[in-house]
Amino acid sequence: MPLIEVKNLKTYFYTEDGVVRAVDGVDFAIEQNKTLGVVGESGCGKSVTALSVMGLIQIPPGKIEEGEILYHRDGKVTDLTKLNPKGKQYRSIRGNEIAMIFQEPMTSLNPVYTIGNQIMEAIVLHQHLRKKAARKKAIEMLYAVGIPVPEQRIDEYPHQLSGGMRQRAMIAMALSCNPSLLIADEPTTALDVTIQAQVLELMNTLRKDFNASIQFITHDLGVIAGMADDVVIMYLGRIVEASEVHAIYHDPKHPYTQGLMNSIPSLATAKVRLVPIEGVVPDPFEVPPGCGFEPRCPQALEICKTKIPPLKELSPGHFTACWLYE
Amino acid sequence: MSSDNFLLEVKELRKYFPVRKGVLRRVVAQVKAVDNVDLAIKEGETLGLVGESGSGKTTTGRTILRLIEPTSGQIMFRSKALAGPGKDYVQIDIASAPRKKLKALRRDMQIIFQDPYSSLNPRMTVGAIVGEPLIVHRIARGKERESRVRELLASVGLKPDHMKRYPHEFSGGQRQRIGVARALALDPQLIVADEPVSALDVSIQAQVLNMLEDLQQEFGLTYLFIAHDLSVVKHISDRVAVMYLGRIVELCVTEELFNHPKHPYTEALMSAVPIPDPDYEVERILLEGDVPSPVNPPSGCYFHPRCQYAKEICEKEAPVQRDLGGGHFSVCHLADQLSLRPVRLQ
Repeated sequence: MPLIEVKNLKTYFYTEDGVVRAVDGVDFAIEQNKTLGVVGESGCGKSVTALSVMGLIQIPPGKIEEGEILYHRDGKVTDLTKLNPKGKQYRSIRGNEIAMIFQEPMTSLNPVYTIGNQIMEAIVLHQHLRKKAARKKAIEMLYAVGIPVPEQRIDEYPHQLSGGMRQRAMIAMALSCNPSLLIADEPTTALDVTIQAQVLELMNTLRKDFNASIQFITHDLGVIAGMADDVVIMYLGRIVEASEVHAIYHDPKHPYTQGLMNSIPSLATAKVRLVPIEGVVPDPFEVPPGCGFEPRCPQALEICKTKIPPLKELSPGHFTACWLYE
Repeated sequence: MSSDNFLLEVKELRKYFPVRKGVLRRVVAQVKAVDNVDLAIKEGETLGLVGESGSGKTTTGRTILRLIEPTSGQIMFRSKALAGPGKDYVQIDIASAPRKKLKALRRDMQIIFQDPYSSLNPRMTVGAIVGEPLIVHRIARGKERESRVRELLASVGLKPDHMKRYPHEFSGGQRQRIGVARALALDPQLIVADEPVSALDVSIQAQVLNMLEDLQQEFGLTYLFIAHDLSVVKHISDRVAVMYLGRIVELCVTEELFNHPKHPYTEALMSAVPIPDPDYEVERILLEGDVPSPVNPPSGCYFHPRCQYAKEICEKEAPVQRDLGGGHFSVCHLADQLSLRPVRLQ
């Protein structure tokens, strides 16, 4: 059973220079206890999708134009797009049942409060514990994410922690209310590889311990291969391919996915000349009328210039949006 | 190995930054950013310099170009620009070269920066940016300069009409191309590329990496390629040096490093790199804790507190660089005894 179903989500931004269709018709579902990897380059709309689920899109200039975000819990279905993002119901979900961790732990933690204070804030607010009990819970959480001497560290400020420790503190904060969904937006991009390995390992363990689902957003195909059960590949606000993780890597269908796979060097393969994707991601104000990838696609057809390809199921569970398969 | 193969030979390079405190700004400690680094680069080769943040790889690169004054050490360089009449080159120590000679030396060695956004002056046109070195070094003016700039832009895959545009009109990948064109303007021998692709999207990264390889072929360039991404370093380098806390811990031919690592840090670093294949099973060696502070590094071998193989000697004595055969250098007491896990090829 899915935990979250996103249906035809369209999030647009109305700026002085025109409309940016950051997310333009996205469908996916996250199953209970599974990790969904969302992969794409900068500007593909992967972060805006996450912020739409969190109800953190700034309105204006942003607006959810269309679509549903169905959140299933205890047999009930709530459409998050229908809720007031500043209202009571959304606030009881956000940070409590759906939590998020961000890329840059330094800028997303408040520098003038101790990490303990920041973790306790969420616990007091959502779990209605008293301060003393909340502190105990916060120490437990810091211990769970592998911060040494948590009873001491809890009173430290973000600047006193290293990058890896800060990201652990963020994870502790996000998990402190036992969320059913954790959205992680490039959680390890700012970290060194050895620290990244620690944090990824931690996230995998915690997902099992806390029975949570994860929406893992990244541009790194290496990280996704080791983390995700299912993967969606995004380009220019749309999903171009979606499947279970093995099929994406071993049998990529969309020319963009194939291009990505050919353009990354891997440590585990002999050296071959990289095959880059030609050109650049189009200007968000001048999106091509047909398939967004058409100007860069080596296999583009005539129809690609004018008509947007629909997401089609090629084999069970493997979807792609490309006219080559019509 | 005879030293005349080498374009650049760095010996016992050190760069310490003083930590000052109090009203009198007294020096209370030293940050040993580069601590006794030895390396050499052959003409036409790419030496990859890899390490985590704070390992001193950027400081090493900049000290070699003397953009940062070294504390001590030798940087022997085979300069073309300073060679007298009738000579092809002259050996010079960059570390002790007088200011006057240094300017001429800059023609031989250039740098490409990581951030293509902050390394180009937003108020200058692309033509002015790429042509500036030609003015500074009095190489070409007027029409001649313009045609040289056109040539340079063509060699990095940009169009001549891009000359009149400003950096903000370009994407990250294109900006990095402009930075490369500027570095090529003086026809240098050595280019220090400091994380040249880490700010770029994956699909653009491959374009720039291929271009750097092509330019190396075309102009016979020698690269010191600094990066934290092991996959990229493996792809582009002929030899690789691994840095940890200001020291080089291992240096050898690329294939050798990945097939027969001889330092526990290299082994751990390689095992931590995510492989883009869901079926690839790795036994991750999870290093405990963080990189120690370079102000107060551990005793003996700097890596010993995080090393799973550490013995008593590692805590007491600092290991020295040893050649284990065929130019495979490792700085580890136990290098001969350990059989470390290589990267398993698919």
